[in-house]
Amino acid sequence: MGSQGGFGQSKEFLDLVKSIGEARSKSEEDRIILREIETLKRRIVEPDIPKRKMKEYIIRLVYVEMLGHDASFGYIHAVKMTHDDNLLLKRTGYLAVTLFLNEDHDLIILIVNTIQKDLKSDNYLVVCAALNAVCRLINEETIPAVLPQVVELLGHQKEAVRKKAIMALHRFYQKSPSSVSHLISNFRKKLCDNDPGVMGATLCPLFDLITIDVKSFKDLVVSFVSILKQVTERRLPKSYDYHQMPAPFIQIKLLKILALLGNGDKHASGQMYTVIGDLMRKCDASTNIGNAVLYECICCVSSIYPNTKLLEAAAEIISKFLKSDNHNLKYMGIDALGRLIKINPDVAEQHQLAVIDCLEDPDDTLKRKTFELLHKMTKSSNVEVIVNRMIDYMISVNDFHYKTEIASRCVELAEQYAPSNHWFILTMNKVFEHAGDLVDIKVAHNLMRLIAEGFGEDDDAADSQLRSSAVESYLRIVTEPKLPSAFLQVICWVLGEYGTADGNYSASYITGKICDVAEAYSSDETVKAYAITALMKIYAFEIAAGRKLDILTECQSLIEELAASHSTDLQQRAYELQAVVCLDAHAVECIMPSDASCEDIEIDITLPFLNSYVQQSLQNGAQPYIPEDARTGALSVSSFSNQEHRETSSHGLKFEAYEMPKPPVPSRPPPVSISTDLVPVPEPSYSRETHVSPPVLSASSSGSSELKLRLDGVQKKWGRPTYSSSPTSSSGVSPSPANGASKVEPAAPSTSRPRETYKDSKKAEVDPEKQKLAASLFGGASKSEKRASSTSHKASKGSSHSTGTSSVSKSSVPSTSEVKSPPQPLPDLLDLGEPTVSTIVPSADPFMQLEGLLDHDESGSTGSNAALDSTAKVPDIVSLYSELQVSGHDSSSTISPLSSNGSNNKNLKRTVSGGSPQGMKGPNLKEALEKDALVRQMGVNPTTQNPNLFKDLFG
Amino acid sequence: MIKAVMVMNTQGKPRLAKFYDYQPVEKQQELIRSVFTVLSSRAENVSNFMEAESIFGPDSRLVYKHYATLYFVFVFDSSENELAMLDLIQVFVETLDKCFKNVCELDIVFNYSKMQTVLDEIIFGGQVLETSSTEVMKAVEEISKLEAASNAITLVPAKYASGWNRR
Repeated sequence: MGSQGGFGQSKEFLDLVKSIGEARSKSEEDRIILREIETLKRRIVEPDIPKRKMKEYIIRLVYVEMLGHDASFGYIHAVKMTHDDNLLLKRTGYLAVTLFLNEDHDLIILIVNTIQKDLKSDNYLVVCAALNAVCRLINEETIPAVLPQVVELLGHQKEAVRKKAIMALHRFYQKSPSSVSHLISNFRKKLCDNDPGVMGATLCPLFDLITIDVKSFKDLVVSFVSILKQVTERRLPKSYDYHQMPAPFIQIKLLKILALLGNGDKHASGQMYTVIGDLMRKCDASTNIGNAVLYECICCVSSIYPNTKLLEAAAEIISKFLKSDNHNLKYMGIDALGRLIKINPDVAEQHQLAVIDCLEDPDDTLKRKTFELLHKMTKSSNVEVIVNRMIDYMISVNDFHYKTEIASRCVELAEQYAPSNHWFILTMNKVFEHAGDLVDIKVAHNLMRLIAEGFGEDDDAADSQLRSSAVESYLRIVTEPKLPSAFLQVICWVLGEYGTADGNYSASYITGKICDVAEAYSSDETVKAYAITALMKIYAFEIAAGRKLDILTECQSLIEELAASHSTDLQQRAYELQAVVCLDAHAVECIMPSDASCEDIEIDITLPFLNSYVQQSLQNGAQPYIPEDARTGALSVSSFSNQEHRETSSHGLKFEAYEMPKPPVPSRPPPVSISTDLVPVPEPSYSRETHVSPPVLSASSSGSSELKLRLDGVQKKWGRPTYSSSPTSSSGVSPSPANGASKVEPAAPSTSRPRETYKDSKKAEVDPEKQKLAASLFGGASKSEKRASSTSHKASKGSSHSTGTSSVSKSSVPSTSEVKSPPQPLPDLLDLGEPTVSTIVPSADPFMQLEGLLDHDESGSTGSNAALDSTAKVPDIVSLYSELQVSGHDSSSTISPLSSNGSNNKNLKRTVSGGSPQGMKGPNLKEALEKDALVRQMGVNPTTQNPNLFKDLFG
Repeated sequence: MIKAVMVMNTQGKPRLAKFYDYQPVEKQQELIRSVFTVLSSRAENVSNFMEAESIFGPDSRLVYKHYATLYFVFVFDSSENELAMLDLIQVFVETLDKCFKNVCELDIVFNYSKMQTVLDEIIFGGQVLETSSTEVMKAVEEISKLEAASNAITLVPAKYASGWNRR
């Protein structure tokens, strides 16, 4: 074995590593490894392998497995190696088995014995190695086998062993809490260990225990506080210092524990205030680890019973974090801010610009964290801006996981805070367009339901307005390629139901569009089903209205194609359509009443109209019908016995026809199955059946769309409780009040500037734009709060207008009580103004949207909202009022960030990169060269392929 | 709890992979690959944190640090502090640096088991065990000393041993 290299490995191994390092492709690497596996397989079973050679083989096996290949043939040798007396080999063996095996592997049983023996060893390194394996390889069943020894080790003289024994017990606790439940007192005892390292290790299991059960550890608050005090006062040995911080990792753990213990407990929190306050004051914010402790302090402060002073200090630290150039600190700052606004929502306002900077940061992680923050601070006043931002970002990301998450967040926010139904529909459209396949199908159903039911108020004009705007937007969207299935379903349904309702579009235009959809997405059967049902509805409405039916040739061919479809569902729908088209106007009107999707369909499942028919059949000698449950339940029924007999005899071949396929629509009553199953169908009754069929058909056809829609269990989230409870009589105020709030605020900083110039200079002037965004995000905070409370008052007090205002009039400005009453997003108010907006909105960015909204209710330039004028005064007052407020916010917000940006504390910049002095040092050229020479000497020539191998990490 | 520690080079080759919850080999490879894909797409001068929930499931965070040719990656859950983890990476690398004197990728490739020993002294069963690189060095040195003593076989020729193995 003269080929020993300088790294303690043979030349073979060095060659292996080198060739892998130089492999140009994955397949080349695979080939090398496979060859290596072959070699190892051969060598490892040779008799009398020297031990050190064996050790190397095992390491090579580990290497092979790390590169993703199966090394299971060598597991047993690793297990054998753990039995070795030689410490080095034993440790190698343990290392290999902990990497190779999982706790349920068959070979574990061979190791448990060795572990037991090693835990009793005199050599503490052997014990440590065994404890290491215990953590990894012992499962619930084998815990009792080693538990006594591990507990005994808690009293070992070496602190390293005590520490690891605690960790092992912690691991046991994680795997099976019951197995160590009687040992919890041991954790408490070890908290008083002489060695701070052991004490620190004990904090890990205690943290877990306290997370689960806070109450039984309240008595420890004093101890934890005093430990933290001692740590911060540098009572620990110098060796625990890290970057001049006394034991920061212990401090962090302690703060986490205190956060749990003080949560919602005034008394316990009171004991902590002093020490946390001291810590926050003293902590060194120039190092990374110092900031870690500070961050943990903020988390703790926001979790325990609130204390004004500490909260102030926390807010100060957050502002330092946010102003830092360091991305890590910004990230932490955003996270901390998210925690703090739960207690004090006003904190966010000081940091608006910083938050917006983070939102526009190229760093994805930071951006997502910021969206999380925005999600937390969404209110009805800023929901539009936030959701629009989210949607823009959602469109830009590719990561499916995150796309789903952010899409569902958009939906959630929109449902919760939507200022108007119209906005809700537009937002949903966007979400569906870009992430339709990722959101829950229930959201689609909710949307259809919203469009169908309108506001739940008796204002048909507003409803139809809403619908025609929906139709209009869908007709525009539908031409875009590759729309998600769920969205197409909504589109088809809405077009079918309301496409021709307002008379703006001809039936042939709509049907043409629907046909295009069905053809473009011909592989999606659900969409096709929706499409053909929509066609049927439109034809039915046409016939009912007495117009001449003009079926486009493409529709005709689609219907024929579907009538021959493999899917019985599609087939049925196609035939139904063909049947409906042949009927006269009156019949069609009965089957497909227009705009009846919200009406309940009554189905009498006893089918009384068949009674006489059944009676007749029975008289003719037919068997009486036995319900299915009775059939399976009581086999002794005599009339059933011969049936059963027939079944058993027909085991080999079945001569009767199979049951008719169950109709796809559950609401369809079972007459069909009756007639085929038990009751023979006599010819003469056929005429009757045709008579019967129309109602059945209507039930199934409109029911099919009905069923999708009528989700009785689904909560109607988007605002019934807030909107509909107050039917205020004043109509024609176009802006929804929430709109009004956010509409006015963004303009506040630059109201004087005309809109056109704003458009042009949008790109050049970033700052005012940001400020606008900031204002729209943060500005309305206080007001919206009041509004929220006022609406809830109203909801509870009943729907009378006067009570509503009286509750509002408590607010600071008495004259605004008038203004505040519109804040109810009133169903009837919205729609007159909205349609014009819909033409502007979809493609515009949030600012444009806001601008647009602002523009035409202030100037009233757009023609359609003439109704506005009557109530034009009201939004004006709103705007004045909010302008006052916003300008107040703004003066504080614009000045502070600017001034503080200048004084950016520079010492924060250094924090992360700063390692120890050792970390800072440059590449040591001489040593690198030495190494290089050594390697060359061993025959490993660094090629150009991977020269970096020799680069110092700190270089 | 720390869920995983990975070291990989800038070409995506794993140099160390340790999962504190058992993961089958294929899954490990998949995780390493997906982490690398995201890491390599990240610009310089951005934060050291990364969304990890799409890769490692809920309640997981990822912190990484880029040294010369290597990425050091720690994956952990909400019971750890992100900035502290970042420093733990620093501790780990500092210790390796003390161990190997100007540590470079090659050292890590060839001293796989030694690196594991260092890591085991810092993280134990997914919990942070020791955070002082001096203490870790002490433990590691003691282990090597005892290993050498218990072991008649010297794997490393004496003339290099001082240079490579110990400080």
